Amino acid sequence: MIGAPFFRWDWVFDHLDLIWDKVAEHLVLTGIALGVGLAISVALALVGLRFPRLYPPITWVTGVLYTIPSLALFAFLVPITGFTTLTAEIGLVSYTLLILIRNIVAGIQGVDPAVREAAVGMGYAPRRLFLEIELPLALPVILAGIRIAAVTTIGLVTITALIGKGGVGFFILDGLVRFFDTEIVLGTALSVILAVVVDLSLVLAQRLLTPWASRRTPVAG
Amino acid sequence: MIRLDSVTKVFPGEPTAAVSGLSLDVAEGEIVVLVGPSGCGKTTTLKMINRLVEPTSGRITVAGEDIMAVSAPELRRRIGYVIQQIGLFPHRTLAENVATVPRLLGWDRARIDQRVDELIRLVDLEPTMRNRYPRELSGGQRQRAGVARALAADPPVLLMDEPFGAVDPIVRSRLQDELLDLQRRLRKTIVFVTHDIDEAIKLGDRVAILNVGGIIEQYAPPAEILRDPANVFVEEFLGSDRGIRRLSLIPISQVPLEEGPMVDRGASVEAARARMERYGVDWFGILDGGQLLGWAWATELEGATVAAIDPKPFEVRVRLGASLREALDTIITSHTGVAPVYDGDRFVGTITAEAISRELAR
Repeated sequence: MIGAPFFRWDWVFDHLDLIWDKVAEHLVLTGIALGVGLAISVALALVGLRFPRLYPPITWVTGVLYTIPSLALFAFLVPITGFTTLTAEIGLVSYTLLILIRNIVAGIQGVDPAVREAAVGMGYAPRRLFLEIELPLALPVILAGIRIAAVTTIGLVTITALIGKGGVGFFILDGLVRFFDTEIVLGTALSVILAVVVDLSLVLAQRLLTPWASRRTPVAG
Repeated sequence: MIRLDSVTKVFPGEPTAAVSGLSLDVAEGEIVVLVGPSGCGKTTTLKMINRLVEPTSGRITVAGEDIMAVSAPELRRRIGYVIQQIGLFPHRTLAENVATVPRLLGWDRARIDQRVDELIRLVDLEPTMRNRYPRELSGGQRQRAGVARALAADPPVLLMDEPFGAVDPIVRSRLQDELLDLQRRLRKTIVFVTHDIDEAIKLGDRVAILNVGGIIEQYAPPAEILRDPANVFVEEFLGSDRGIRRLSLIPISQVPLEEGPMVDRGASVEAARARMERYGVDWFGILDGGQLLGWAWATELEGATVAAIDPKPFEVRVRLGASLREALDTIITSHTGVAPVYDGDRFVGTITAEAISRELAR
């Protein structure tokens, strides 16, 4: 055997503290991106639902944002906002918007018209109708959007290693620079594991939040 | 209770009015059915009462109050509303669905719980179904849940838009019977929309037949409409078998009964023959002090007396409370041309096909 083994567990065990820090950073970056992205998306989706003529421009702008290569976006932002978390989050949030807005709008528009008519006919005023009927019924579609956005964001966070953030992406970049395979494999594996764990957690959350959509089988007749 | 006063609705961008100058009075405690072909504005008319559609002109009052005098949500909480697709909230359990309007009205929890239990029992659902989601209920159960939800805050007025249109005929007929039964107990003022004339005749205290453009062609009790259609449109809408339909609305008790070819046990052979001749039959019934013992063939009188005959029991009989339709059915299937009528166990007379036809011609 010549040279170092492909994956060195001893290196991993020597750097558990660092690994834990990066995982935490990864989750924080992802969490903030999703939280801020969701807040902006709800606001823009409401605008789009209330004023249907504004919906196409909203999806157009967020669609353009979505197509900008992440590398280029960060390169463009660094001169303005520097090597900061803000720079990272501007990019990450931008990429969540299109998916989240589309799913929120589709979810609300997908509410059965008969349910809406019954609700209005029994005396629901618009605000309560939205909060108590439309939003809960749109939840499965909205959560599906959040899942996609979360998985995408977890992958993208690794790119922010280029501006000194990156979560577990730090290991990938560091490994590339130092030709050290263990770090590259570790960073990649952690990113994938995080994505899977977060996705499964969201599935579980959906089960708990929308028991009406999945419990038992429907009755015939 | 509900009054529409020359109400017109023109939808924006449409050349003709959906409803034009419609006036309608609905008395407290009656079921009024709006029936007509599609495009006749029956649903639009209904939806104007709870302001889901706002009239272009005209005035609508409910319990004497102009419906524009209160906010739309407030008005709607006082009016029960049932639609064909029911529109139960899929994310809420049966109990929560039923509790909708009381919650909107801000009732306290205990009162809501008690009311929900009452309603679930009222519409014949199982209390064990309380926590089921709509998708776990059958079509008929969902329909009952929709009615329970509409009745939750005990509104004096109920609007029903083809509520039984989406269930199969057997369930529909049962739900109709249940609605009539509920109505006997609750005495709501109900406006019911359907395109099914049979449903209208069965449920309506009064029926308004609408033509395209929301024009009332006739507004009267079903029996009157069937007996005396106002014009060709109504006649055609009722269909060619309106005579038979009418029969189901008239109880036997409304028609004068006849003695029929019945003789007393002590009567002479000649008297029995005279009776049979009068009714054109070859059999006769034998009475004993008002009780119908049975019947015998004319041939059994050869060389015998009425008293000596052993009467055969009647296979068919109809109740005094039954409809002429049932009576006619009995007459046709029994081959005898008459049906003995009973009030409980007491024989009260016979009804003939001629008597039924006379009643229809009236």
